[in-house]
Amino acid sequence: MAMLSVKNLGISFGGLRAVDSFSITIEKGELYGLIGPNGAGKTTTFNLLTGVYKPDTGKMFLDGVDITGKNTIEINKAGIARTFQNIRLFKNMSVLDNVKIGLHNNYSYSTAAGILRLPSFFKSERQMNERAHDILSVFNLDQDANLLSANLPYGKQRKLEIARALATNPKLLLLDEPAAGMNPSETEELMETITLIRKKYDVTILLIEHDMKLVSGICEKIYVLNFGTELANGLPQDVLNNPEVIKAYLGE
Amino acid sequence: MKMKPAKQVSNSTRSNLITIGAIIIVYIICQIMIANGSISNLMKGLLIPLCYYSIMAVSLNLTVGILGELSLGHAGFMCIGAFASAFFSKVTVDTIPNVFIRFTLAILIGALAAALLGSLIGTVVLRLRGDYLAIVTLAFNEIIKNVMNVLYIGVDSEGVHFSIKDAASLNLEEGGQTIVNGPRGITGTPKDATFGIAILLLILTFIIIINLVNSRSGRAIMAIRDNRIAAESMGIDITKFKILAFTISASLAGVAGVLYSHNISTLIATQKNFGYNMSIMILVFVVLGGIGNLRGSIIAAVVLTLLPEYLRFMQDYRMIIYAIVLIVMMIFNWNPKCIAWRKNHSIKGYLAMLFNKQKKEA
Amino acid sequence: MSFISYVIRGISLGSVYSIIALGYTMVYGIAKMLNFAHGDVIMIGGFIIFTIMSTMGLNPLIAVIVAIILCTLLGITIERIAYKPLRKAPSLAVLITAIGVSYFLQNFALLIFGADTKSFTSVINVPDLKLAGGNLTIAGETLVTIPLCIIIMIALTTFVKKSKTGRGMVAVSEDRDAAILMGVNVNRTIAITFAIGSALAAVASALMFSSYPSLSSASGAMPGIKAFVAAVFGGIGSIPGAMIGGILLGIIEILGRAYISSQLADAIVFFVLILVLLIKPTGILGKQIQEKV
Repeated sequence: MAMLSVKNLGISFGGLRAVDSFSITIEKGELYGLIGPNGAGKTTTFNLLTGVYKPDTGKMFLDGVDITGKNTIEINKAGIARTFQNIRLFKNMSVLDNVKIGLHNNYSYSTAAGILRLPSFFKSERQMNERAHDILSVFNLDQDANLLSANLPYGKQRKLEIARALATNPKLLLLDEPAAGMNPSETEELMETITLIRKKYDVTILLIEHDMKLVSGICEKIYVLNFGTELANGLPQDVLNNPEVIKAYLGE
Repeated sequence: MKMKPAKQVSNSTRSNLITIGAIIIVYIICQIMIANGSISNLMKGLLIPLCYYSIMAVSLNLTVGILGELSLGHAGFMCIGAFASAFFSKVTVDTIPNVFIRFTLAILIGALAAALLGSLIGTVVLRLRGDYLAIVTLAFNEIIKNVMNVLYIGVDSEGVHFSIKDAASLNLEEGGQTIVNGPRGITGTPKDATFGIAILLLILTFIIIINLVNSRSGRAIMAIRDNRIAAESMGIDITKFKILAFTISASLAGVAGVLYSHNISTLIATQKNFGYNMSIMILVFVVLGGIGNLRGSIIAAVVLTLLPEYLRFMQDYRMIIYAIVLIVMMIFNWNPKCIAWRKNHSIKGYLAMLFNKQKKEA
Repeated sequence: MSFISYVIRGISLGSVYSIIALGYTMVYGIAKMLNFAHGDVIMIGGFIIFTIMSTMGLNPLIAVIVAIILCTLLGITIERIAYKPLRKAPSLAVLITAIGVSYFLQNFALLIFGADTKSFTSVINVPDLKLAGGNLTIAGETLVTIPLCIIIMIALTTFVKKSKTGRGMVAVSEDRDAAILMGVNVNRTIAITFAIGSALAAVASALMFSSYPSLSSASGAMPGIKAFVAAVFGGIGSIPGAMIGGILLGIIEILGRAYISSQLADAIVFFVLILVLLIKPTGILGKQIQEKV
C-alpha cells in the first residue's frame, strides 16, 4: 500500500486557485522531490498536507488512513512531520528541549507526575534524553545540546528542524527547502544526512528544494508544480529533460 | 566546549536552590529579629503580605513569562481564593478546632475554587490573542469583584442560602448565620495565616512552577509561547496546555488569596485589593523582575512593596516617585540609546578593559 | 416613557465614551500601544476646567478652550518623554510605562488638588427639553453632547480621509516601515495622533463631568477603561467602530443600571464585551489578520 496517496487536492484563496488537482502517490521508503518555480504553490501544498489549510477539493490518505480535513495536531499524530521554509525553532529553548518537544507524544507521564517528581517522571525523562541525544548525534548536534537554539548558526538550525521533526517518529517527513541558504559543502553533508536518516529511521520523505544538485542527487522521483498544477511527474531523468519543465524554469 | 553547556544546566538547578535557600535564610533572620524585638511593627505587619504578593507575582509569571500571554485579571483569582477559603474557615471554625487541618483544607479549597474559575475563564478567553486577551481578563477581574460585592450567602440548619439582593432575602431561620454579607464582605475569619506557613507556601509555589517548567508539560507550554505553529506541527495540543498553564497560575493566585483573607479580620472586595489595579501592580512586579524570571518576580515584589512603605517620610511625594522610578526603569531597560550606553559602561566591560591593559603591560 | 429617557441618557453617556474611545483607538492603531494614561488625561482636563471656573471665576467656554490647549500639550509631552524612547521596545514594556504615567498623573493631581472629591459645575448652560407633555425630559447636557459627538466624528473621519496628515496616519497604522519608505514622518504623525486624542479627552472631560459632577484624582480611570472596552467592542483601530462601541456601551450601562442592578452595571458592561469578542474576536468592525505559515 502506498504511504501517501493524494487525489485531486486543491484550494482557492479568494479568486486564486493556489493549488489545483494535486495528485501524488508515494510508496513506503521513497524519497520524492517537489519542485517548481517561485509561487508555484509548493509550500501551500505542504500546508494542505499538514492541515494548516483545509483543502476545498480532493482526498488524502496516509498509509491507508483518510486524513482529509484533519487538523495539524491530528495529522502529526497520524504520522506526518514537517520542517518550515522560514525556520520556526523554539528559540528560547535549548537544542535538546527542541528535540524533546518532538518526542512529546511518544512518552507520557502526567503533569502531576512532573510537578511531584514521581518515578515515572525520572524514567521517561531519562529515556527522552537518551533518544534525543541519539537523534542529535545523527545530525552532529549532540555537542550543542544545551545551547539556546537561537544561538545556533543557520545551517545547524536547519538541521535541528529536521531532527525535531524526526523525533515525532513520523511515517512521512516533509522537508521545506532543507538546503536553503547552505553553501555547497553544507548541502553535500545534508544530502548524506538525509540518506542516512532514511535508512536509520525507515522514513518516507517528500522534499521541496530549489538546489537541482540535491534534487537530482538524492530524489528517486520528482513532481513539478507550476501555477498550482502538475507540469510533470516521474523519474528524475525524464522529468528534468522534459521540455515543458525546462521552459517553466528558464522561460521561453 | 563540551563541558560548558553541561555547566549551564547545573547552574540553573543550583540557582533555584540558591533562591529557596535565600528565602529560608530571610525567614530565619526575620524570626530572630521578631524574637529579640528588633523588628518594627510596620515591617512585622508586612511579612505575610510580602509572601502573598510574591506568590501572586511568581504565579502570574507562569502566565506571562512561561505561557507568553498577557493577563490583567490575576487579582480576580486571588479574590475567589480569598472568599472561598474564608467562607470555609468561618463555617467550620467551631466544627474543626484543629487549626492545622482547618487551614490546610482552606488552602486546598481556595486553590481549587480559583483553579475551577481559571479553567472556565481560560477555556473561554484563551483563543483571543495579545491585547484582546488582556482586556478580557481585566473584564473578568472586574466582574468577579463586582459580583462579590452583591453576593449574600448564609448558612442555617437547612443548608446554604444565596442571594444577590440583600441579607434579608436569604430567609435564614432562627440561629442562621450570614457569612458573606454583600458589600460588607466576610467578617471574623480566623487569623490562621502565619509567617511560617506563608513562607512555606511561597517555596511550594516556586517549586511547583520550577518543576512544571522542567517537565514534559512545561516544555509544551514554552513551545506554544515560542512558536505556536511549529508546536502544532509537533502534535502539541495548544488549547489543552494553554488552559493547563492558566489554571495552575490561577490556583496559585487562589492560594495567595487564602493567605490574604486569613491575615485580616474583614474581607471586602474593593478596587484596591482585588480590582484591576492590583492585577496591574502584580504585572509590574513580573515585568520589572524579568519576564520568565521567577526569582526576579519575588525580588521585585518585595522591593516594590517595601519601597513605598520606606518612602513614607516623603509623604505625598512617594507615589509620584514610585511612578517616576517605574517610567525611568522601563526607559533605561529598553531604550536603544540606554542599551548601547549600558553596553559601553558595564562593570564587566570595565573589568575586561582593566584586564586587557594588564595583559598588554605584562 | 422612562425606557426612552434611559436610552437617550445611554446615548449621551455613550457619546462621551465614543469621544474618549477615539483617543484610544487612534493611538492603538498608529502606535500599536495601549495608552493606559488616557483616562487620567480626562481627569486632568476636568481639574483644569474646575480650577479656571471656580477659582478664577472665568467663563466656561474659556475654561474648556484652555483645557483643550493644556491637555494637547500634556499629551504631546507624555508621548515625547515616556513613549518615544520606547518606539522599538516590546509592547509589554510600553504598557508598563503607560501604567507608570497613569500613576504619575493620578498622584500629581492628588498632590495639587487634594484628596477630597470636588463638585464640578456644569459648563453647559442649555435648558432641559421637556417633551410629551412633561413626561420625557432631556437634560441640557445631553442636548449638547450628542450633536457634538456627531460633529467630532464627521470632522475626524473627513480629516483622516482627506488631509495629507490623516492619510499619513492611515499609512503608519497599516505598515509603519512602508510608510517611512514613502516619506511619512512617523514621529510627527504619532505626536499629532496623541495631540488629537488628548484634545478630545479634554472635550470629553467637559461633557462627562457636566453630567456626572464628582471629580477626584481617580475619576478618570474607570471611564478610561470603559472607553477602551468600547474601542475593543467596536473593533480597535476603527473610528466608526469607536462610535458604535461607545454608544452601545453607554446604552447597556444605563439600562443595566436601571433594570438589573446598579452595583452590577459595570459587570454587565464587561460581560457583554466578553460575549462580543467570543462571537467576533476582533470586535464589531475589526479586521481579521491571518498569520502566514
